[in-house]
Amino acid sequence: MALTLDAKIPAGPLAEKWDRHRFEMKLVNPANKRKHSVIVVGSGLAGASAAASLSELGYRVSCFCFQDSPRRAHSIAAQGGINAAKNYRNDGDSVQRLFYDTIKGGDFRAREANVYRLAQVSVDIIDQCVAQGVPFAREYGGLLANRSFGGAQVSRTFYARGQTGQQLLLGAYQALEKEIARGGVAMFERHEMLDVVLVDGKARGIIVRDLRTGEIESHAADAVILATGGYGNVFYLSTNAKGCNVTATYRAYKKGAAFANPCFTQIHPTCIPVSGDHQSKLTLMSESLRNDGRVWVPKRREDCDKDPSSIPEADRDYYLERKYPSFGNLSPRDIASRAAKEACDDGRGVGPGGRGVYLDFGDAIKRLGRQAIEERYGNLFEMYQRITDEDPYTRPMRIYPAVHYTMGGLWVDYNLMSSIPGLHVLGEANFSDHGANRLGASALMQGLADGYFVIPYTIGDYIARTPLPAVSTDHPAFAAAKADVEARTRALLAINGTRTVDSFHRELGKIMWDKCGMARDAAGLRQALEEIPRLREAFWRDVKVLGAAEGLNQSLEKAGRVADFLEFAELMCRDALHREESCGGHFRTEYQTEDGEAKRNDEAFAYVAAWEYAGDGVDPILNKEPLAFENVHLSTRSYK
Amino acid sequence: MHLTLHVWRQASPDQPGRLVEYAAPDISPDMSFLEMLDVVNERLIQRGEEPVAFDHDCREGICGSCGLMINGSAHGPMKLTTACQLHMRSFKDGDAIWIEPWRAKAFPVVKDLVVDRSAFDRIIQAGGYISAATGTPQDANALPIPKPDADWAMDNAACIGCGACVAACPNASASLFTAAKVTHLGALPQGQPERERRALAMVAQMDEEGFGGCTLHGECQEACPKGISIDAIMQLNRDYIRASATKVEVAEWTGAA
Ligand SMILES: Cc1cc2nc3c(=O)[nH]c(=O)nc-3n(C[C@H](O)[C@H](O)[C@H](O)COP(=O)(O)OP(=O)(O)OC[C@H]3O[C@@H](n4cnc5c(N)ncnc54)[C@H](O)[C@@H]3O)c2cc1C
Ligand code: FES
Repeated sequence: MALTLDAKIPAGPLAEKWDRHRFEMKLVNPANKRKHSVIVVGSGLAGASAAASLSELGYRVSCFCFQDSPRRAHSIAAQGGINAAKNYRNDGDSVQRLFYDTIKGGDFRAREANVYRLAQVSVDIIDQCVAQGVPFAREYGGLLANRSFGGAQVSRTFYARGQTGQQLLLGAYQALEKEIARGGVAMFERHEMLDVVLVDGKARGIIVRDLRTGEIESHAADAVILATGGYGNVFYLSTNAKGCNVTATYRAYKKGAAFANPCFTQIHPTCIPVSGDHQSKLTLMSESLRNDGRVWVPKRREDCDKDPSSIPEADRDYYLERKYPSFGNLSPRDIASRAAKEACDDGRGVGPGGRGVYLDFGDAIKRLGRQAIEERYGNLFEMYQRITDEDPYTRPMRIYPAVHYTMGGLWVDYNLMSSIPGLHVLGEANFSDHGANRLGASALMQGLADGYFVIPYTIGDYIARTPLPAVSTDHPAFAAAKADVEARTRALLAINGTRTVDSFHRELGKIMWDKCGMARDAAGLRQALEEIPRLREAFWRDVKVLGAAEGLNQSLEKAGRVADFLEFAELMCRDALHREESCGGHFRTEYQTEDGEAKRNDEAFAYVAAWEYAGDGVDPILNKEPLAFENVHLSTRSYK
Repeated sequence: MHLTLHVWRQASPDQPGRLVEYAAPDISPDMSFLEMLDVVNERLIQRGEEPVAFDHDCREGICGSCGLMINGSAHGPMKLTTACQLHMRSFKDGDAIWIEPWRAKAFPVVKDLVVDRSAFDRIIQAGGYISAATGTPQDANALPIPKPDADWAMDNAACIGCGACVAACPNASASLFTAAKVTHLGALPQGQPERERRALAMVAQMDEEGFGGCTLHGECQEACPKGISIDAIMQLNRDYIRASATKVEVAEWTGAA
């Protein structure tokens, strides 16, 4: 049964849609809000801001996260900054320009109306965060400072040293704790969501495992919000925190929520290269470094093993500056990543295995002095040195692209509701705003836009318009979902095979990186689609998960997440195979221009691919939401 | 490198724990400390023994999940470095390494190296915030803040809530954690209206959780992976004394925010 995907984009001119929509919404009267309950899964920027804001409005909120404290959500790790169209620099920024940059950056695969709203509310986010006490960087005059990020020619990125995500999250977390103290939010830390429960076709609750006791619990509410982050860890190695997973969104998919553009993955150009087989994750070096660092490789292969300082200027290839003179080192991520891969594939990579390029601060230090660089990037330089044992002040950094962010996610309409009524999806977990490639500093913006400024309105409209008869966890739908979760837990523990969970995860990651990574082609994807089911079968036959269902069992947690990745990976490859074009982070080698740039096919593929689960072992159904571009001209993206 | 580990194993909160010795051969100096534990755990699983439980997530020194006493020091031998960012090149071939959980009455052990730090969240609940409900406050630049104030706020806001300060303190005091938040918010104009109540309420909660008092040993500052200075504790003390003198009633405020 194909879904009808109604994006519910309000009528009217682009700039007036959100205002008009807010006016047309039904409101829940303040006294009634107390009678309504909302479950928020996730306490990152999207989840914490939503939970706090909904509680302030008067809803009864329950919030869940798998870490031991909501403050540890993966948003904490974001480094570089958050965009907003404040135009404080007087350099030509505007809502329209942020909108345009985001649509273009996403290679024309995002929905205009959502992106425009994002640009509109971006300015309120900065005001809100400052009011909460977020210590953004400031100029000597006391006003807020900005820096530039890739894909933009204006300086619109606000930051707090190299810890912007931390500071924004602490602001949202503190608002959340304030609401917990007031009794508006019940917080469930160390709880992992393992299923969503539908009653009469609407999302009315979730099943969670209390990670300390192992108990499987049911929670009911009037509406459910998933803000569970991205699924980059399907590649095993990524810049994401170890716990990042697809479980919550994938289980929702299996209950009927369409999964949009799963193959749209962002590979970040500046990460510390892999150092050996023991590698458990990759570390990002913030994009902000490209404000002052220059990327290069030797012109000649035979120079690759030389000490970089001994290679004269004339023998260096500053390939981004050469290929993209107008954006240079600040070219968007997908383009910068592919250019690095190309240089390394050409045998001109540096460092172990030839998988690295230089990011050189020599010129900037000469121009600005060491102290200025230390002030801007000190903590990043220290981190680099701790990991690599090399001093980036005197020797160029070695960097290489790594999986970083997932633009794909659960399909949502303009109100951020998935194809399951009542199930809303915020932040990285949805697909909505970044198309096929996200611009730097725009994920933090989107997470907070969704949580502070969009969902508090749209969920009220849903609650006001929808008959929601009381449902308790005694309802048979809860018992059934709980029994499924318990059976799966028992099954994982019963296998007692010979291989560890991590060994399967690594193997899956390698398949995905090789065949569904920075460059993809039909032959490789078809191969992956044969290998993944085989690996999944081996997992369910041979994985070794020790310990019990009761109590803290980290192997069991990991096993459940990897089991979901092993199914989800197939969906990603299927999506990548069906999209016979290159766009943004999705680069199909068969579809490129003569000089190796991504070649879109707007005639055939200007749509959102929303996959619908049709049963185990059955091909999922492809639903298409056509993308209409009424305000921007579909052009070939150029950063030259 | 070949190492010998002595690791605290404790099956559950109410069972007694003990140190167990494990040989850890073939460890690369390029591994992080947690990657070394991953390798040890993979080997344990292969042998049919339950792996060692430890908290971790970002592995970038920012989420504050990881926290291990390594040879008696919180986060190990390297200054300004969390356990996840510590690399094995800080150790020598043949070393013996003792790995234990944070030890504090207010941080009960959950399992092996995992402890319960929810007391920190409750200290924040008591007043570690600025009450600014979501809405449309004034323009961010309407309130200039001198750069040194903003920088000082940021220095203290850098706390990752890992608990190393408590683990390192002979009194198991949470003063540095509490002070960092009080100082961050108190350095900003937005934080002034609630400043006195904040200090009183957060200190009261800290005491209630069973953390010890501060006698200015300074071990916390040594252990803090983010370099937060005990100057913050001086600030907390000043705010606390001033608030006590003006007799703000904590009870009339907490819960009514
Ligand atoms: C190293 C790094 C640096 C970055 N830097 C920037 C930057 O400078 N600017 C920018 O804009 N973006 C940046 N990003 C991207 C950005 O940080 C993320 O996209 C964003 O923070 C995601 O926020 P979120 O709220 O959607 O999800 P997250 O912060 O990932 O939160 C997910 C939440 O869901 C919970 N959760 C997940 N699964 C479950 C489950 N099954 N059950 C219960 N709870 C669950 C988790 O506990 C957590 O609370 C960076 C990303 C990385 C990896
Ligand atoms: S794992 Fe996040 S700080 Fe160590």
